[in-house]
This record gives sequence, structure tokens and C-alpha cells, in this order.
Amino acid sequence: MFQIFGIPSQALFGQLLLGLINGSFYALLSLGLAVIFGMLNVINFTHGAQYMLGAFTAFFLLQYLGLGYWWAIIIAPIVVGVFGMIIERLFLKRLQNLDHLYGLLLTFGLALIIEGVFRNFFGSSGLPYAVPLSLQGGTNLGFMFLPNYRAWVVVFSLVVCLATWFLIERTKLGAYLRAATENPTLVRAFGINVPRLITVTYGVGVGLAALAGVMAAPIYNISPQMGANLIIVVFAVVVIGGMGSIMGAIVTGFGLGLIEGLTKVFFPQAANTAIFVIMAIVLLVRPAGLFGRRI
Amino acid sequence: MALSVAKSQALFAPGRSEVIAFLVMTAIFVVAPMFAYPVFLMKVLCFGLFACAFNLLIGYVGLLSFGHALFFGWASYISAHAAKVWGLSPELAILAGTVTAAVLGIVVGALAIRRQGIYFAMITLALAQMMYFFALQAPFTHGEDGIQAVPRGRLFGVIDLSNQTNMYVTVLIIFLVCFLLIYRIINSPFGEVLKAIRENEPRTISLGYQVNRYKLMAFVLSATFAGVAGATKALVFQLASLTDVDWPMSGEVVLMTLVGGLGTVFGPAAGAFFMVTLENYLTTIGQWVFVVQGVIFVVCVMVFRRGIVGEIAHLTQVKL
Repeated sequence: MFQIFGIPSQALFGQLLLGLINGSFYALLSLGLAVIFGMLNVINFTHGAQYMLGAFTAFFLLQYLGLGYWWAIIIAPIVVGVFGMIIERLFLKRLQNLDHLYGLLLTFGLALIIEGVFRNFFGSSGLPYAVPLSLQGGTNLGFMFLPNYRAWVVVFSLVVCLATWFLIERTKLGAYLRAATENPTLVRAFGINVPRLITVTYGVGVGLAALAGVMAAPIYNISPQMGANLIIVVFAVVVIGGMGSIMGAIVTGFGLGLIEGLTKVFFPQAANTAIFVIMAIVLLVRPAGLFGRRI
Repeated sequence: MALSVAKSQALFAPGRSEVIAFLVMTAIFVVAPMFAYPVFLMKVLCFGLFACAFNLLIGYVGLLSFGHALFFGWASYISAHAAKVWGLSPELAILAGTVTAAVLGIVVGALAIRRQGIYFAMITLALAQMMYFFALQAPFTHGEDGIQAVPRGRLFGVIDLSNQTNMYVTVLIIFLVCFLLIYRIINSPFGEVLKAIRENEPRTISLGYQVNRYKLMAFVLSATFAGVAGATKALVFQLASLTDVDWPMSGEVVLMTLVGGLGTVFGPAAGAFFMVTLENYLTTIGQWVFVVQGVIFVVCVMVFRRGIVGEIAHLTQVKL
């Protein structure tokens, strides 16, 4: 046991790990928001509720179908993603030509409905979800104890983030997507089904939220309001990073998680507000966000 | 010259429909205590004013603030604290709350107007959440308990506000004065520039207006009126609690304004009346209130974007 700046190394690295894990969720969620915003010009307020739905789907799969974590991590994003596509077809599609604010208000209303319904059936107390057997236990790194599951969360979300980046920035499909973001009419004229592309994009963004929810289930309790408070922090992350770049969303997400973890060690009272304060500073210094394009 | 003066006077003079609607509204609130419970009506008036303040921003500048609970809630805390701990008279307590909201409005507004559109909503929401955490941790707010048993005191040292009728008349006067002030603001040359910003911001900039100053001014005014509403509410209910600063409150004021009609003069008050009445009937269903609110949100956005008053104005072709 040694100390760094008067803080026991265990505590410091423990909080840094916790920060990294929070950062993984910030990154996955803000990535989903950025992907959706790029295509639909809508800030998806339902994102938090969809993250919660992912966690609950994992819970239902285990409870009623006996399907464990590894099934859940595949099935839940698909189920919630399809649910998202239905929402897009039923509601968001009809708001396309209106002020973007209506999309925000609609998704806010949907979030209230989804979270309200779950709160009625499951109350406010959380439901437990066990860490999968294959990831139980941990590794002693010498300077700290690293639970295997947490290591998995960080590594896997990093992989998912980078895969999403690759998909959007380096593949043909991603090229269509980026082109449709810039000029949907022109892309349509080339014979690409833009409305379907939009629906799929929304589904993928929502799926990312659900995936984050499944990964969060064994760490935090599954509860109806698990997404509501998180999403506001993610909004701040998005404001800091700017939604112009996919890589920006990933870097900002992980970075802010780490900073939040450090705040918990050195200045615990400010842990809840650190990200908001950083947001205020970024707005003063770089109004367009760290990776944003000037609008 | 004379013609243009006459024209501009006509522009800023209230329309006949608006005068009639104002008289009807006033008459309703004067007669209402005979039929309804005064505390319920005072709640309607406080939320009506809150929604009018919010509407000043979204309806006339096109800025959606998702953090207006910040001003409402903090004004309510300061007003309650001033009345209870500092022992200030009610008018000074309300003033203290209002000034707090105005100062917070300057800070939050200056930050938020640095970004447009959807970002504006996210920034206001995030800053409001930050101030929610401060309210949760600050000792004087008493955390989850809130500031309870706030004395209503004597207005100007004379009028005893613990008398329900006196309190009601006071709240009604505050509401009507603020309502008229807001009406005056949106129909002033300043208000015309705000509408120009809403319609076409780049063009307004090119016409030589310092758009950001106008936006900030509108934001501060909106925050101030929201503060009046919150500070008054603290005295009416003799309570300031976390509910008033939390994000569902921000959502609720958006919903009230949306239901009543964005950008209409009388819409927010009508929307507040509708929502407070509805919630009054729905208290027995507990948590389902959020679901009902969500459904109303979705219905309004999908098929009822003009809102109650907006729809009436559209059907009868008058200005309301």
C-alpha cells in the first residue's frame, strides 16, 4: 500500500476505475445521442428510458426465459432497438419537417410514459442482477484489485465505441449515412432509401443505449429511474464534446468519467456537479464544444 | 409621418379580443373563490404566472429552456428562508426571491445563449440539475424536508396574510400585474425585436441588432417572473421543497405552456389551469400522474400543437 498526494492508492485507483466505468456509459450513451442527432436532428430525450429498458429486458430474459447475461447482451439491444424503430415510424417521422423542439418535447413525453409505467410496476427500489459466472471474481494487479466484470465493461464498451466509429467513418454504409446527414435530398436522388436509413439509424442509436443498460445491470441496481438522472449528465457531456464528431463523443465520455472519478477522491462534495461545472467552463472558453463544429 | 405614428400606435395597442379576454379572465378569478378552494386557485395563479414567464422565452424568442424550475425553486427557497429565518415581511421575502431568480437568470442566461437551438435546452437542463444538487446539499434548504411552516406574515406590516381571502387577493394582484407587464413587454418595440429573432435570427443580426443582448434580456426577464411565481408560491403553501427545483417541474411548465398554446398571451394561464385541475383530480392515482403527463405531451406534439387557446384563436380568427 502506498500513497499518492496523501490518498491511499487503493482508493485512488478504485475511484479512477469507477470513473472509467461511468465514462464507458457516458461514451456509449452520448455516442448514441450523437448518431441519432446527426441523422434525425432530434435530441433523443427517451435515451435514458431506453437505457433503462435495456436493463429491464435483461432482467426479464433471465426471470422468465432463463436466458442469461450473454443472451441478454445480444437480444436486449435488438428488442429495444426495434421498439425504437417503431417509435420513429409512428411519431418522429411525422415531426420531421417541424421545428426540432417538437422532437425534443415528444421524446420527453415518451420518457415520462415509459418511466412512469415501470415505476408503477416495479416501484422505486432496485432489482438485483447477478454478474455472469464467467466474469465473477477479480484480478489482483498489485496496486489494486480489479473485478473482472468491471474490466470487461470498460474493454467491451471501448470496442463497441470504436466499432461504431469504424462503421460510420470507414464503411460504405457509413458513407451513405454521412452523406444523408449533409444533404438528404441529393442522397435520395441517387436512389438510396433515406427514410429507411433514418429509421435504422434511430434503431442503432437506441440499441446502443440498451446495450449500455445491459452492461450497467450487474453494477448498479436495475430501477425505473436509473436512466433519468444519468441522461442529464450525458446531455452535459454532449454539450462539452459537441455532437459534430463521433470520436469526440467517445473521448469526451471516457475523459469526463475519469475527471468525475478524480473529483470523488479529492473533492467529494463536488462529485455530483463536477461535469456541470466543466460544461459551464467549456461554454465560456469554447462555446462550440471541444470537438464541435461552429454552428 | 403622422400615418406611420398612427400605424405604430395601432401595432402596440391591445386588440379588442385581448381586452375582452383579459376582462373575462379577471372576472373568473374574482368570482372563482365562491366556487373553488382558494389554495387550489392560488396554485393555479402561481403556476399560471410561471407558465407566462416561461412562454415569454419560448413563445416570443423561440428559446426552449428546460431548466426553468431552477428559478422557480430557488426563488421559493430564498423567499421561504427570508420569511422564516430572517423574519422579513412578505413583500420583502418575495422581493428577495425574485432578485435571486434574476441574478441566477443573468448567470444561466449568459452561459446558455452561447449555443443555439437544441443545445440551449440541454444547457439549461444541465445547469438546473447542478443547482438542484446544490439545493440538495445546502444546509439552509433542509434537504428532503424542505423549508416548512413558513410564516405568511403581514403584508406592508398591515394586512394579515394568514387570512385566506387576503392572501388570495394579494396573489391575484401579483398575477395580474405581472401578466400585464409581460403583455406590455411582448408588445413593446423590444418585444418586436424578440419576435424578429424568433422568426429569423441571422436576418435580425444583419439588421444591426445585438441579438445576444436581446436574448439575455428576455431570459433574465423570464427568470425574474418565474421567480415572482416561485417566491409567491412559497408563501401560499408555506413550504419550499426539492420538488420545485427538480427537473420534472421544468417539464411541467413546458407542458402547461404547450397545452395552453405556445406564443399566445392567454395560453399559459389556461394551460396551468387545465394541468393543475387535472392533477387535482389525479392525486389518487399516484405515480400514474407522470404517465398521464407523458401522454398529454405526446398528444399535444402530434395533433394539438396550437394548444387550447391557440386553437380557439385559430378557429375564431382573433388574436388571443
